[in-house]
Amino acid sequence: MDIEVIRSYMPLYRTAAWLTLRLGLLGIVFAILIGFVCAAVRYRRIPVLRQIAAVYIEISRNTPLLIQLFFIYYGLPKLGVRTSPAACGVAGLAFLGGSYMAEAFRSGLESVAPIQTESALSLGMTNGQALRYVVLPQAVSVSVPPFMANIIFLLKETSVFSAVSLMDLMFTAKDLIGLYYSTTESLFLLVVFYLFILLPVSLLGSLLERRLRYAGFGV
Amino acid sequence: MPDLGFSVLWKGKNFARLMGGLWVALRISLISVAISIPLGILLGIAMTWKNPVVKALTRGYLELIRIMPQLVLLFLVFFGTTRTFGWDLNGELSSIIVFTLWGTAEMGDLVRGALISIPRHQYESAAALGLDEAQTFLYIILPQTVRRLIPLSINLITRMIKTTSLVLMIGVVEVLKVAQQIIEANRMSSPNAAFGVYLAVFILYFLACWPISLLAKYLEKRWQ
Repeated sequence: MDIEVIRSYMPLYRTAAWLTLRLGLLGIVFAILIGFVCAAVRYRRIPVLRQIAAVYIEISRNTPLLIQLFFIYYGLPKLGVRTSPAACGVAGLAFLGGSYMAEAFRSGLESVAPIQTESALSLGMTNGQALRYVVLPQAVSVSVPPFMANIIFLLKETSVFSAVSLMDLMFTAKDLIGLYYSTTESLFLLVVFYLFILLPVSLLGSLLERRLRYAGFGV
Repeated sequence: MPDLGFSVLWKGKNFARLMGGLWVALRISLISVAISIPLGILLGIAMTWKNPVVKALTRGYLELIRIMPQLVLLFLVFFGTTRTFGWDLNGELSSIIVFTLWGTAEMGDLVRGALISIPRHQYESAAALGLDEAQTFLYIILPQTVRRLIPLSINLITRMIKTTSLVLMIGVVEVLKVAQQIIEANRMSSPNAAFGVYLAVFILYFLACWPISLLAKYLEKRWQ
């Protein structure tokens, strides 16, 4: 391994990591929004919307992100829907992540027994109060572990962004291997940068999980 | 309605070629799953041991494999090990190695989770009834573990199938690559083929994974 080569590659990887991180976070934010809406629609049993959410979740969970991206980036323009690579990456990640987030939220909401809501209402709380003070605190503690796992999963999934010509970490590594044959250095930096992004999130996840483990009641 | 490339699918042997490509991806995932499940069971059992060295090693393996995107692992094996050790690995073999390493880690974690989820009183009650250790494991622990494990391992198969789509990136000719070839070959006669062909690939993957997910969900509910 050549330290000079590593030093000269650093800026390239830093730019790429920044792109991965930015698009990844943006996609995750949209995924959380989609997941929240889907989970709410299913929890409240809103007709029609509920079935649409169920179909979306099945489709999104049973297809790989790479195929979703190919369809959005190369297929949809033929219908006149043209997207930039960055928008396509974010859209794909949001489409994939929405269903995973929805399932995480739903598992939390469903873990709170109906008797808890009924008891809260019988104590004179309004619907909103029951949700705010009784259901949500318990639901959140159940949802946090799958929620954090989803964030790590989605950040890892961004590695396929290079397929739609985004210059992310994978793209940079492959490019440098192809151009200069500096396989060892390129792969070393690839691993280091992914660790740099993923390790803190993973540690935060286990920390939160430990703190919230006993917050549930009657689970 | 313009031609969106659906007709290309039925031209010549195109559809058979797509299915052949899908089979390449499925074959990789099925072989990897078949090797991962027994290895993962062994790993999972080892992870419940109290020996600190075994604990550190298995934990380290699990965390290391799981934190890296699978595509990075593919690159490490396909480009990295071939360069470092000078051996020759084709894309398909590299993917089987990577998915086996990854599947073993995932399966090991599932097995560990299922084993430690069995409450202590099950062991104690078995001992109180006069069962020896082997009997306890065979008649009490194993049946309960397997019931918890089967839906989760079936889910692992769908995850494996979805992840095999990545092998395109290390040059394995699978369904997505075949789709690209078909689109390229018909660029003049049907310029919009990308829509129809990629939609077909999308649906094929869905049809491969959906029934398996449904089965997992059904078993999970039934055995609860």
